[in-house]
Formats: sequence, C-alpha cells, structure tokens
Amino acid sequence: MDLIAFPPPPDTDVEALRAEVRAFLAEELATRRPQDRSRSWSGFDAEFSRKVGQRGWIGMTWPKRYGGHERSALERYVVLEEMLAAGAPVAAHWFADRQSGPLLLKVGTEEQRRSILPRITAGECFFCIGMSEPDSGSDLAAVRTRAVPVDGGFVVNGTKLWTTYAHHADYMILFCRTGGPDERHGGTSQFLVDLKTPGITIRPIADLAGEHHFNEVVFEDVFLPATSLLGQLGDGWNQVVGELAFERSGPERFLSSFTLLVELVRALGPSPSDHAAAAVGRLTAHLLVLRRLSRSVAGMLQMGENPALQASLVKDLGAIFEQEIPDIARQLVDAEPSQQSTRDFSAVLAHTILNVPSFSLRGGTREILRGIIARGLGLR
Amino acid sequence: MVSDTSQILVDTATRLFEEQFTAKQRVAAESGQWLDTQWQAVEDMGLPLALVPEEAGGFGLPLVEALDLIRLAGAFAVPLPLAETMLANRILASAGLELPGGPLTLAPVRPDDRLTLSRRDGGWLLSGTAHRVPWGRVAATVVLARCEDPGDDAGQDGQSFAALVPAGQADTAPDVNLAKEPRDSLRFETLLPAESVAPSPGIAPAELHALGAAVRSIAMAGALGRVLAMTTAYANERSQFGRPIGKFQAIQQHLAVLAGQAAAARAAGDIAAEAVAQGGALLPIAAAKLRCGEAAGVAAAIAHQVHGAMGFTHEHSLHFFTKRLWSWRDEFGGEGEWGRLIGREVGRAGADGLWPLVTAA
Ligand SMILES: Cc1cc2nc3c(=O)[nH]c(=O)nc-3n(C[C@H](O)[C@H](O)[C@H](O)COP(=O)(O)OP(=O)(O)OC[C@H]3O[C@@H](n4cnc5c(N)ncnc54)[C@H](O)[C@@H]3O)c2cc1C
Repeated sequence: MDLIAFPPPPDTDVEALRAEVRAFLAEELATRRPQDRSRSWSGFDAEFSRKVGQRGWIGMTWPKRYGGHERSALERYVVLEEMLAAGAPVAAHWFADRQSGPLLLKVGTEEQRRSILPRITAGECFFCIGMSEPDSGSDLAAVRTRAVPVDGGFVVNGTKLWTTYAHHADYMILFCRTGGPDERHGGTSQFLVDLKTPGITIRPIADLAGEHHFNEVVFEDVFLPATSLLGQLGDGWNQVVGELAFERSGPERFLSSFTLLVELVRALGPSPSDHAAAAVGRLTAHLLVLRRLSRSVAGMLQMGENPALQASLVKDLGAIFEQEIPDIARQLVDAEPSQQSTRDFSAVLAHTILNVPSFSLRGGTREILRGIIARGLGLR
Repeated sequence: MVSDTSQILVDTATRLFEEQFTAKQRVAAESGQWLDTQWQAVEDMGLPLALVPEEAGGFGLPLVEALDLIRLAGAFAVPLPLAETMLANRILASAGLELPGGPLTLAPVRPDDRLTLSRRDGGWLLSGTAHRVPWGRVAATVVLARCEDPGDDAGQDGQSFAALVPAGQADTAPDVNLAKEPRDSLRFETLLPAESVAPSPGIAPAELHALGAAVRSIAMAGALGRVLAMTTAYANERSQFGRPIGKFQAIQQHLAVLAGQAAAARAAGDIAAEAVAQGGALLPIAAAKLRCGEAAGVAAAIAHQVHGAMGFTHEHSLHFFTKRLWSWRDEFGGEGEWGRLIGREVGRAGADGLWPLVTAA
C-alpha cells in the first residue's frame, strides 16, 4: 500500500451549508472576544451547544432514527472547521459528536442508542472520555481501574485522570479492566457511565494557567448495571483503537491556534513587510495542505476505511503547525504576551503560548504517534 | 478514483522507467550525455503528449491523472526533460502550433527574464536572454514572449505569443543544477518563420512560471516518496549493535517525520495538479511549491542522516534524488518568493478574510 497517498476528498457541494454556518456564527459570536475565541475547541458553552443541536449540526452523519441527520462526513467537516475557524465554544458537544456517539452507534445496544443519541444531537447530553489514569498515559493498556462482575452488573474501583469537562458531562465512556491481571489487551472493556451514579467523585485539576477543564474522577465501589456495558466484554481494546482514527485527524488537530494566526494578520495590516509576508504565506501554505490531508481522511472514514496511520500523520503534522504559530507570531509583532492586555494580539498570544504544550500530548503524544507511523512503515 | 486507462498508463510507465533508468543512466546523464535511446523509449510510449488534447495526439486522460506521470518521473529521477516537454507540447497545442516531436523546453523560466517578438520580413524576430532554461542545449524551446506590435491576431491579453524555436538557434551558455541537469542560458536574436509563432491564449509568461512551479512540486512529491522508500529500506537492512538500525526508536522517529513530510508533499503535489487542471489558480500552486520545497529540505536531511556515510557517496543512489530536491525547490521560485506572494494576498484579504481565502483555495 502507498502509505503517503491521500485520496482526493470527495467533491461534495458544501458551499450553501458553509454560508449557513458562517451566518449563524457571525450572529451568535458577534461579541465574542478574540481571547475567548482562542480557546478553540476547549471553549465550553452548553447554551451554544443547544443552539448548534437545534440547527441539526450535531450527529450530522448519524441515522435519522437516532436523531441524526444522515448527512455526509464532508458536510460534517464543513461545520466543524467553520466552528473552529470562528473560535466557537464547541467543547460541550465535541466529544460526543466526535467519538462517543459514533462508538455507541457501532457497538451500543439498541436501548443505549435510543435513549442517548437523540439527546446528544439535541445538544443536551455531554460526554467525557475516561481513558487515562495516574499510571496509564501513553500506555493505555496498563489501566488499573477495574470493573468486577456482581449480581446484575459490575462494581468499579479506580481513578481516571485528565478527564476533560467531566464536571459538566452527563456520561463518561469508561475504559477499564474486566479480565485477569495478566491479560493485557484482552482483559479490558468499555462502559457507559452515568456520572450521577453514587460513588463517583469528580475533583478539579488546575492547568498551568490556573484554569479548570480537566479533572480527576474517582470510582469507589460504584455499581454499574449490566446494561451499561458497551460492546462486548473483553473487547475494550479493539473498540478504543477504533475510536482513535476519529479522534486524530479532524480539523481540531491543526486549527487550535488559528485565532492567533488571524490576530497576527490583523496586527500586520494590509501591507506586511516582505519578511512578515513570507512568514504568514508559509503558515497559510501549511494550512492549505493540512486541510487537504485532513479532509482526505474524512473522506476515507466516510468510505468505511480505517485510516489510523493517515490520521496519525495528520495529527503529528498538525501539532507542529499549531505549536509554531506563537513562536512565529511573536517574532513578527513586538508585543509581550499578556492575558490581561486589552490588545487582542497580546491576549491571544498569551492564551496560545500557555496552551500549546498540550497539543502534542492530548489525543496521543507526538512520540506515540510517530511510533504508530513507524509501525506503518514496517519498522516495528 | 483514477480511471483504468490512467492505471494502465501508470503501470506501463513505471515498468519503462524501471527498465530504462538505473544508476548507470543517471551517472551518464550527470556527465553530460544525452540519453537518446531512453528518450526514444519515452517518446514511443507517447508520454510527451500526455497533457495535450486527444485530437492533438494525447491520451485523452483527465489532466490531473496525466500530471501524475510527472510524479512518477520524479520518483525515478528520470534524467530527461519529460515534464518540460509535456508542458511545452500543451502550450503549443493550445496556441494551435504544430508539435514537432523530440525534446522540448520552455522559456523564460525566470520571472525577470524578458523575451520579445517583433515582426520582421513576413516572419518574426525573437530577442532577449532566458537564463537557466532546463535542457536548453538539447531541446527545442517553446518561448512565451510579449509582442511589441501584436496586430490583429493578438492573444488573450493582447500581447502574449508562443513561439517554437528549434534547438541550436540560440547563443547558449551551458550550466547545470546541483543534480547536473542542464540549466542553460539562451540568448536569442533569432528569425522565425510566421508559422512558428501564434498568439498564446490563456498562458502568459507569468503563468509559465506558475506552471513550472506546479510541475516541480509534483516531481518533488515523487522524489520524496522515493526517498522515504529508500530510507525505510536502508533502515531495515543496515545493522549496528546487532540489530537493524530501524529498530532504534530514534531512527523510527526520524522516519516518521520523513513520512509526514513526504505525505504533505504528496498532498501539495495533488493540490498543484488540480489547480493546473482547473485553470492555473496561483494561490494553491504557490502553497504547493512552498510546502514541497520545505518538505524537500527536511526530508533530505533525515534521509542522509539515516543513510550514514554510505548515503554520502556518489556510488549510492540517494544523491540522485536529494540533489534534485535541493535544486527543484528553488527552480520556478523558492519558498521565499511564493511565501511573499501568499502573504501579500492574505494581507489584502485581511484578518477576517483569511479563512474564506483558505476554504476557497
Ligand atoms: C489538555 C489535556 C486534556 C486531556 N483530556 C483527556 C481526557 O479527556 N480523557 C483522557 O482519558 N485523557 C485525557 N488527557 C490525557 C492524555 O491522553 C495523556 O496526556 C496522553 O495520553 C499522554 O499520557 P501522559 O500524560 O501520562 O504522558 P506519558 O505517557 O507519561 O508520557 C510522558 C512522555 O514520555 C513519552 N513516552 C511515553 N511512552 C513512550 C514510548 N513508548 N516511547 C517514547 N516516548 C514515550 C511521551 O511521548 C511523553 O513525551 C488529556 C491531556 C491533556 C494534556
């Protein structure tokens, strides 16, 4: 197979939809400040998500019988990229739309789908991802949280870490052990966990800027009914790996710093110096190519292929791009980064500098992605 | 999806390139030899006509698929002016001029070179100097020139004409690029018969520069694919400390970066091909040339690092590809030139016009 060939994205006419989304965002976000926009897909606003749901822009590709809209992956892509480019606060519905919903569609029971998917598409039901733990980051198969079968269900004990927006979410997709201690991949399963279940404690963790988005989630003798098992017992690893292709190739993997690029262009004005023009031109060229790669992967996902390797390539290239924008911007505009600044460039620069380290950690670290790519090349 | 015809063509061309172009031929070409047998084989297959319409002898393939042959030629470091001839034939055909057969090249390739045509004795006088013309010493040159007195039969912009100048009609100062591909200066003071000159609809000298950038991008994508394959293979073959060096994580991470650059260049090449097929929009071609050029530098450095001293020898084939990449990235405009062009356009679009510019490109 030609690993570096990315098929052309499907040629779907999406311009009417794009115009509709732009008009919606122009109105909804009219007063949103650049520094808030620069939160990108970490911005959380339940009310906004409900409006997006009302527009039919959550679960766009899902079957209508579950509240979906049966639109194409490329149409969904347009909505996502327009939201990100505008710095819309999409975090509330993001995880469910991107991975939890598709996971339920793939392995959930009819009852799980019927009771939850329509609420997701309405923008009223939010999810968080319970994979990482104190002793299990990159080595996800090393999770220790364990669900033990009991009469009528399971009892869970353990700790999940870095769980983004667990404090606002209704459900967690929990990845944990269900098999013997010597089984690695085989002994894991996924559960659909109602976060209001007794025994679950959610504690905030401040990030380096003092902001609260991720959490520690402790499970103490938490009883989960048998109906909360997601997919097959012992199939957790395969299910999680399937989720990752969806998680790694979307436009959020190269647009997280886009607001800073916009403010950079604003600060440079209509006639940038040769040096500044070349730098901005270079970033724009990278953006065009990343967008092409990412849309191509969206097309492959639509065709039912499993572009795990291509998704890793996109995420790795995307993180480099997102992370170099602040370094380039600060060399072109004389300004100190300051979150308190009334100058948009300074405030956005500050926010971006404080967040870029996470871009090559979350969703699989740079080194892990490169390991996956190397395996794809036949080196491991 | 590629059409069946295109797949057959790609397969046949791959076989031909595999057979005809080995290190021996590449070394011969580096020493200045013209590979006539190989050229004949390429011409017999009809490849130089791949970009012309079917009525003019082309395959009738979608343009994007025909341009993929240039990527293939890049992947084999084909030491012949194939891309140049393909483009030149296309320009001749679109100007309604006869296709002469044989190797062709294009001029001017540098944006600051000016060639002019003026009417003389029922024919034309072509004057001016074109620098660094690929294969100028052996190929007939398809010149795009401004006409001082266009008359009634003016081209689209009133002044752009295409002219076919037989090989050997210019005062030639030979030079080469890093891969020793001919890049010659041609000084014209040349009388041409009326039937060798015609208005060039659509393609002006400035667009020639962009078309050249597009084909170099596509060729770089091919060369980068080859560099990735060679480097991966070497990492699996070469052992140190009792195991293949490809088992070391540091080497694996290098190769993953190389793969990312090759993938980006491949996508950029595809963007360039589509832009050419859809009429030659400047912004995507500029982005493609810039991105491929940047990938070329990063990838070549990694490839040489992984190949160790062996890859630094003339005997090993890696340099045929890396030297082409180091040359091609600056031909028809380097990252600086194209970056400035894009950056100025972004400046004009303004902060709030940036995203619409990106999605429209
Ligand atoms: C902002 C943010 C939000 C997050 N949200 C969530 C969430 O909602 N849900 C969730 O489950 N998780 C979440 N995570 C966790 C994320 O998935 C992990 O950070 C990631 O998997 C890496 O694990 P770790 O942080 O424990 O680092 P480690 O795995 O300890 O890695 C530390 C360093 O060692 C390197 N390393 C590790 N193993 C290898 C190896 N085999 N070869 C080479 N290098 C190696 C890593 O690349 C890294 O550089 C979030 C993280 C961040 C930063």
